[in-house]
Amino acid sequence: MKIIACIKQVPDSEAKVKADGGQISWGDAPLVINPFDEYAVEGALQQKEATNGTVTAICIGPETAKEALKHALAMGADEAILISDPALNNMDTLGAAKVLASAIQKIGADMIIFGRQTLDNGAGVTPAQTARLTGYPMLGLAGNIKVNERSVIVERVLEEGKQILKANLPAVISVVQSIGEPRYPSFMGIRKASKAEIPVWSLSDLGISAPSEMIKRDELMTPPARETVVEMITGESPAEIAEKLADKIIAEKVL
Amino acid sequence: MKTLVYIDHFKGAVQPSSWEALGVAKKFGSAVAVVFGENANDVAKSAFEHGADEVFVADDSSLKDYLPETYASTLSALASTLNPNLILFPTTARTRELAAMCAVDLNTNVMTDLTGLEANGDSFVATRPIYEAKLFEKVNCVGKPVMATLRGRAFPKPNQETGKSGTITKVDAKGEAKSTVEGYSASESAVNLGDASIIVSGGRGVSNNPSLTPPAGLDEKQAEIWRAQQGFALVTDLAKVLGGAVGASRAAVDAGYIPYSHQVGQTGKVVAPDLYIANGISGAIQHLVGMRNAKVIVAINKDADAPIFKAARYGVVGDLFEIVPALTEAFKKKLGK
Ligand SMILES: Cc1cc2nc3c(=O)[nH]c(=O)nc-3n(C[C@H](O)[C@H](O)[C@H](O)COP(=O)(O)OP(=O)(O)OC[C@H]3O[C@@H](n4cnc5c(N)ncnc54)[C@H](O)[C@@H]3O)c2cc1C
Repeated sequence: MKIIACIKQVPDSEAKVKADGGQISWGDAPLVINPFDEYAVEGALQQKEATNGTVTAICIGPETAKEALKHALAMGADEAILISDPALNNMDTLGAAKVLASAIQKIGADMIIFGRQTLDNGAGVTPAQTARLTGYPMLGLAGNIKVNERSVIVERVLEEGKQILKANLPAVISVVQSIGEPRYPSFMGIRKASKAEIPVWSLSDLGISAPSEMIKRDELMTPPARETVVEMITGESPAEIAEKLADKIIAEKVL
Repeated sequence: MKTLVYIDHFKGAVQPSSWEALGVAKKFGSAVAVVFGENANDVAKSAFEHGADEVFVADDSSLKDYLPETYASTLSALASTLNPNLILFPTTARTRELAAMCAVDLNTNVMTDLTGLEANGDSFVATRPIYEAKLFEKVNCVGKPVMATLRGRAFPKPNQETGKSGTITKVDAKGEAKSTVEGYSASESAVNLGDASIIVSGGRGVSNNPSLTPPAGLDEKQAEIWRAQQGFALVTDLAKVLGGAVGASRAAVDAGYIPYSHQVGQTGKVVAPDLYIANGISGAIQHLVGMRNAKVIVAINKDADAPIFKAARYGVVGDLFEIVPALTEAFKKKLGK
C-alpha cells in the first residue's frame, strides 16, 4: 500500500499574526506543520502499519517547509518530497490542487491523505479539488479508516452524525481529529529525519506550468480589537448569583 | 445579475444559512435556488417562501444520498446551462467539497466562509477571515462564475413569506458516484453549532463533582464519564431553556464525555453565536479561537485565574454543579418556561 500524506507549513497557532504593509507577518513565531495535517500523517502511519505499506509526505512551500516534512519523517514517514518553485508564490487552493494532483500521479499512490483544512487560509477545499482532478473518490472528514484489499471504508464525521462510506482505491481522504492523537516523534525518528536528504521538485520536474491564480487578494485587514472588561457576578448563594447573572444576560438582548 | 443558490439539506432538513445565501442573492438580482436529493420538492417550496425566484430540482434516485461527485457533476452541468454570474452556498462540510469540485469543473475557484460580499461592477469583493480570524482579507475571484460559500449567521436571514410559490424545473442527475453510503450511525444526534445563536458548552470541569457517587461496578474511567454525563445533563438543561446548542472543549471530547461534533475551537468548530456560556472550560487559546467572536461570553469556573475570564463579559467564580442548575431555574422563572 502506497500512501501519500499532503502537508503544509504554517505559523504556530500562538503566533501574533499581523498585517504589515499589505503583507502578513507573524514576527519570530515558529513555523510548524499545519496542526490538521499532523492528523493526516497520523492517519497515514496507521494505514502503513495496518497494510505494511509506505508513507510519502509531500509539501508545497519554500525551502524552510522542509522542517514540516522532517516532522513527518520523525513521526515515521518513509520519505518526503518538497515541491518548491518561485512561480508558486501566488497560488490559490485550486493551484495547489493542480500541483498536488500532478505530484500524486508522478509518485503513484493507493491512498492520499489530507488534513481537514489549513490553519492559515482555512478554505478546506484542496482535498476535494485534488480528488476531482485525479478522478479518485473523495472521502472527506474521516474519523476512522479501514482498508480491505482494494477497497476502503471510512467513518465520516458530519454535523448530523456519522456516515459510513465505501470506495475503491486509490482514494483521496481527509481526516479529522477523531482519527487519533498524532504520535510524538521518536528519538530514532528525529535522528533519521535530521539526516534525511529531502528532494525538491520544481514545476518543470512535474512537467506543468504555473497554475493561474483565480482568487486575488485586494486588501488585508486587522479585526478591531475587542475591549472586553469582565464583570464578575457575586452573591451569597448560587441562587442569588444565578438571579443576577440571568438579569444581566436578559439585558444584553441576546435571547 | 443572476445567482444560483445551492440549498444544503440533510434528508430534507435545510441548513438555515442556505436561506441567508438566498437573501444575499436577492440583493444582487435574481435568485435561482438549486435543490438536490430526497424530499427536494418540500425543500423547494420553502425556497420560494425564502425569496427564490426560480427553483431547479434534481431528485433522481442516484442523488438520494449526498455524494460529492454526483452532486458536483449535476450542479456543474446546471451552471453551464444557466450561466449565472455567481454561485452561492452556505458553508457546511458538504458544500466545501461540492463547491470545490464544481470550481474544478467550471475552471473557476471558490471563496470560502465569507463574512461579507459586495458587488463591484460585474465582479464581487468578498471578505473572509484567515489565520483563525486573526486577520481578514478582501478577495475577488477572476474566474467565471464567481463562487462563494457564506459563513452561517454572518448575513441577515430573509423574512419568510408563507405561501409564496413558483414553478419548479426538474433537471437530470449527472455524473457517476465514486463511493457508496454503507449507512449512518444513529448513536449521535445532530449538532448544528454553526447556525446556533446560543451555545452552552462544557469542559473537563463537568466531571469534577466528587460528591456524586457513581453506580457500583464502574471502573475509574467509567465513573469519570458517568460524572461527566451528570455535568453535561445540567449543561444541556440550561441549553434547552435558552433554546441553544451544546458545545464542548476538546478535553471533554478527548476524555470521551461527548462526541467530537460538539467540539468548539481550533480543531473543532469556529462559532460566533450571540451568547456563549462556558462551563468548566479553562480558556486555552485553541478553545478561544473557536468562540471569541461570540457577542456575549459568560464564563463559569471554579478557578478565579482561569484565562477564560479574560475573554468573558460576565464571569462567575464557582462550582458549575451549583451555578448551572440555579441559572437554569432563574431563566425558567424569568422567561416564563
Ligand atoms: C493542536 C491543538 C488543537 C487544539 N484544538 C482544540 C479545540 O479545537 N478546542 C478546544 O477546546 N481545545 C483544543 N485544544 C486543547 C486546548 O489546548 C486545551 O487543552 C483544552 O481546551 C482544555 O479543555 P478544558 O478547558 O475543558 O480543560 P482544562 O484546561 O482541564 O480546564 C478545566 C477547567 O474546569 C474548571 N473546573 C473544574 N471543575 C469545575 C467545577 N466543578 N466547576 C467549575 N469549573 C470547574 C477548572 O478550573 C479548569 O479551568 C487543542 C490543542 C492543541 C495542541
